[in-house]
Amino acid sequence: MHRKAEDFEKPIIELETQIKELSLFPSSSERDKKLAKLEEELDSTRQEIYSNLSRWEITLVARHPKRPYTLDYVRRLFNGFVEMHGDRHYGDDEAMVTGFGEFNGRPICVVGQQKGRSTKEKLRRNFGMPHPEGYRKALRVMRLAEKFARPVLTFIDTPGAYPGSGAEERGVAEAIAVNLRSMAMLRTPIIVTIIGEGGSGGALGIGVGDRVNMLEYSTYSVISPESCSSILWRDADHPEEAAEALKLKSEDLQGLNLVDEVIPEPPGGAHNDPQAISHNLGVVLEKQLDELTATDIDTLLEQRYQKFRAMGALAANSGQE
Amino acid sequence: MAWFRKKRGSKRPVGDRKRDMPEGLWTKCNHCNEFIYRKEVARNSNVCPKCNYHFRISAQERLELLCDDGVWEEFSDDIAPIDALGFQDTKKYPDRLVDYQKRTGRKDAVVVVETTIGGIPTILAVMEYGFMGGSMGSVVGEKITVAIEQAIHLQRPLIVVSSSGGARMQEGVLSLMQMAKISAALSRLDNARLPYISVLTDPTTGGVTASFAMLGDLNIAEPRALIGFAGPRVIEQTIRETLPDGFQRSEFLLEHGMLDLVVPRSQLKETLTRSLSYLLNTDLLTSTTSELCSNAVIENPEAEDSGVG
Repeated sequence: MHRKAEDFEKPIIELETQIKELSLFPSSSERDKKLAKLEEELDSTRQEIYSNLSRWEITLVARHPKRPYTLDYVRRLFNGFVEMHGDRHYGDDEAMVTGFGEFNGRPICVVGQQKGRSTKEKLRRNFGMPHPEGYRKALRVMRLAEKFARPVLTFIDTPGAYPGSGAEERGVAEAIAVNLRSMAMLRTPIIVTIIGEGGSGGALGIGVGDRVNMLEYSTYSVISPESCSSILWRDADHPEEAAEALKLKSEDLQGLNLVDEVIPEPPGGAHNDPQAISHNLGVVLEKQLDELTATDIDTLLEQRYQKFRAMGALAANSGQE
Repeated sequence: MAWFRKKRGSKRPVGDRKRDMPEGLWTKCNHCNEFIYRKEVARNSNVCPKCNYHFRISAQERLELLCDDGVWEEFSDDIAPIDALGFQDTKKYPDRLVDYQKRTGRKDAVVVVETTIGGIPTILAVMEYGFMGGSMGSVVGEKITVAIEQAIHLQRPLIVVSSSGGARMQEGVLSLMQMAKISAALSRLDNARLPYISVLTDPTTGGVTASFAMLGDLNIAEPRALIGFAGPRVIEQTIRETLPDGFQRSEFLLEHGMLDLVVPRSQLKETLTRSLSYLLNTDLLTSTTSELCSNAVIENPEAEDSGVG
């Protein structure tokens, strides 16, 4: 069983290494020919591997250590980002990034979970697992966006809210719950995008909005495949089956009418071409912002309510009075 | 060969030995291990008379405990679950559903009713822990949302009694979205200025805690109920420490400011009635048909300090 994305990306990585090594040689027609052939092979290998990913493999891509995180998109898409810190109650949670920036000349509010690259940063960001302070900071800044009529763009990328004793003591459940209720009636447009891992309630805590998008190889799940395996199969060795059963990929969720738009990723995933995925994301955000800002806010709130009101699957003929 | 051999008995201390339990009349308390007379426990609202342990009770028993004269009118009882994901683990989800439906006589894990509590017309939702651990899937989400909308429509207060392990895995993200759906409906109840009391009973965890159970105008819990977001085992694995006794119990949450009150089962109805009468302000309501019954006045005014701690 694959434990990380590098396992099934092995052929890609090998080709990449070969290309790298070969390109160190001085240019000659023979070398260039060889190089072109290898590049071609790399493209087709990538294409092939990425068009046949299982749900578990997609989970591993969503967790890929090179996958672009919230701040990578912020850098590429928004100008003059100013980060805001602190929940004004207890502390500042660096697993949650909040602030304001400019997107194609439009002031916007950004809220997103943030993972770390280096070991040091991973610890600082708590592996993208927010404490209650993260959710309260997010709400504080979204309230500012409401007050000053700026649209909110949220970016979801978390294994889940942090399951530690401090988080429980300070009421992580309450913090998430309050966000759900408040976001449902926040009087400004909200666009939610799942860019990596959408881990359960910790993801949903910044996930209520007028539009919900998913990058193609991101996941959204009520529980991680590993935990689901431990509970239902009584050991941790069935994450592949669990991932299949949970239907956690973007296509599944669009089919269940839980996601509005799936944003296609370049071959080899977002990490293979951050420029391309940022562009794709930017196009969708721009289009949706145009739609939402043109709608009157009361209509928008009614539509937002009805959007979530309609979510769920019930037996036919049930509930008809 | 010895003529007499000492019989090797259990070396466990007396208190730990498993005592044979006579069927029927007697039962053993889960908490203090004392033998208790079944009828006495039933008379005591399923609370151990020796140590005050609160047994988990069914939705039926809860309704009998709270509704005036044991009378209520169930609605939306035709809403039934479906296997939208084709979910299969060691067992198929539809098979699990049928099992639990047979076992509990209910279609899913919540009952929603119209009733009066202490004379106050109220919308009441009670979760059934016996149905797949009270887990929240589309049906629970839909029925609680309908209950909230009904409360707004009839201008009545809402009480939800939670007992649930959280979102139902077998319905995937559909279950997760019920948290958003119910919370959105609660925002409308807020705007309508109708009181919402969340009653948290053992256990209330996961997505249920992280949505409607923590959003009450008042959050009231039964003693020693397990209440939290992550389960205690997950936390122990994360922090690699054993959690202290009482962690994530009602009294712990009260101490950390997450609850208004911890109320013993025997005083729950009285506390709810009194609280509703304080919050429900008919002057603020738009409907002319709403009426606050005069018999909402509590007969026993001395029992005001009903909260533990």
